[in-house]
Amino acid sequence: MNKIALYITCALTAVAIAALGQSQQYKLGRPATPEEIRELDISVAPDGSGLPKGRGTVVQGQGIYETLCANCHGDRGQGMLQYPALTGGQATLKSSDPLRTVGSYWPYATTVWDYIHRKMPYARPGTLTPDQTYAVTAFVLYLNGILNKEAELNETTLPHVKMPNRNGFVCDPRPDVRSKPKNP
Amino acid sequence: MTQTRLTRRKFLAATGATIGALPISGMNFPKDMGPGPRPYGEPSPFEQSVVRFLPKTSTPASSYSRTPLQDMFGIITPSGLHYEVHHSGVPEIDPQNHEVMIHGLVERPLIFTMEDFHRLPSVSRIHFLECAGNSGGEQIARPARDPQRSHGLLSCSEWTGVPLRTLLDQVGLKPGASWMVAEGADAGRMARSIPLEKALDDVLVAYGQNGEALRPEQGYPVRLIVPGWEGNVSIKWLRRVQVVDQPYMSAYETAHYTDLMPDGTARQFTFVMEAKSVITRPAGGQHLLGAGFYKITGLAWSGRGRITKTEVSVDSGKTWQVAQLNEPILPKALTRFRLPWWWDGKETSLQSRCTDETGYLQPTREELVAVRGLHATDHYNGIKVWYVRANGEVNHE
Repeated sequence: MNKIALYITCALTAVAIAALGQSQQYKLGRPATPEEIRELDISVAPDGSGLPKGRGTVVQGQGIYETLCANCHGDRGQGMLQYPALTGGQATLKSSDPLRTVGSYWPYATTVWDYIHRKMPYARPGTLTPDQTYAVTAFVLYLNGILNKEAELNETTLPHVKMPNRNGFVCDPRPDVRSKPKNP
Repeated sequence: MTQTRLTRRKFLAATGATIGALPISGMNFPKDMGPGPRPYGEPSPFEQSVVRFLPKTSTPASSYSRTPLQDMFGIITPSGLHYEVHHSGVPEIDPQNHEVMIHGLVERPLIFTMEDFHRLPSVSRIHFLECAGNSGGEQIARPARDPQRSHGLLSCSEWTGVPLRTLLDQVGLKPGASWMVAEGADAGRMARSIPLEKALDDVLVAYGQNGEALRPEQGYPVRLIVPGWEGNVSIKWLRRVQVVDQPYMSAYETAHYTDLMPDGTARQFTFVMEAKSVITRPAGGQHLLGAGFYKITGLAWSGRGRITKTEVSVDSGKTWQVAQLNEPILPKALTRFRLPWWWDGKETSLQSRCTDETGYLQPTREELVAVRGLHATDHYNGIKVWYVRANGEVNHE
């Protein structure tokens, strides 16, 4: 479903590449084993492809958030100093002072999961387990009013979370600025 | 120090050289022998001010540095002055232990070593890299005071490496493949989605920069070069390429590098850096030494191909003159322009605008803001104006 919606929006994504023609084979590089691929492949797609099995609740996430995240992002995700706000800003995108947060801007819940999994906590990125990542994601979405306090996320439910700004993105329409020189 | 010092008199006696063979001028020249060669050369000590500018950032790991464009000649940026943007700092990677895995919708997932890359056929191409956010401050009416601070997230190098197409040939694409995810080996494992159409066109898996290995801050030992596109997609410290059937919507293609429009929608996959130019001399922060002749020079570039024309106005935009473009004029590379100028000593402003081979003309800031508003500060390419005062000062406002 995600894919279909996207293909309608972005002509760019609709280009499926036909198999390459005959190509020179240099017989360099060694085969990647399924184990090697499993170990390195951390990609997660909006349709849930790549999400590892796991689960985490809002309540579990609150505990992890308070220990590892609140120092920078604030106890309610309001942001502190240079560290960005994770909450707030909904309905501000058209205003003169837009605030882009997970709740107001990010189109996919899978992106939240992926970003936390790759990059957080800031000083020790990549140290959260899948279960911890589901839990922290659930708590951040709860802070944004997207999940209720009893919610649990897992690899099946996460891709179905509807983000408020899911339909807020359009594909690059440039060139959009047609310069009309007064003195050509 | 045991080096023997020769006086000039002894040197002349020893070599039998005549005084006529030596430079005669009022300038000082060394009377003593200088030091010998050194393993890796450095700029003259008199060039110590030509360095990257490092703005204050919250952490050293998430930071950037700007190229001193006003001090650059030609089109190549010295590797040590190439701009940087890091999101998780610069990793130290031993090339002996570094591999790149290509997998996903492919017939034969493969892992390549650096030695494999060096054995494969390679190409060298000159391309600019520009951060999506370069000169974004100009859009929100906060013009920066010199070219380094206004446009310095821009550099140009000769990149050497293996066309990504060659590597995709080795693994073989499966039906349905339409995008790829490229991922770095930095702590935050930066990842971006790139359409396969572009990957098969001109993307390089580069290990060389200006004739030597990549610098660590430029992705050593191997990185992507995605010509003409916002710098962030040219993933540094490349460790993985995954062929997929959809964009994976990483934070850096959804939360960041997307331009918020006045109507509240945001533009996504705004990859190409559009035609843009900037005068680097005379420019903000410089001082003209009275009326007389000056060469106006600067840089023009386009992510859509070659620059075909650059025009300069020396009378606050009233008239425009076609500037000379210095060879070589290469697609998706910086192009150096120049225009002779006799300054009459009066207050005026200088600005440049360029046209690329698609016919696209660089817009004014006002034209751009009228369409995009003030919150889409990535991918800004408006005309930059420098103001010349009667006392010779060149300012940004």
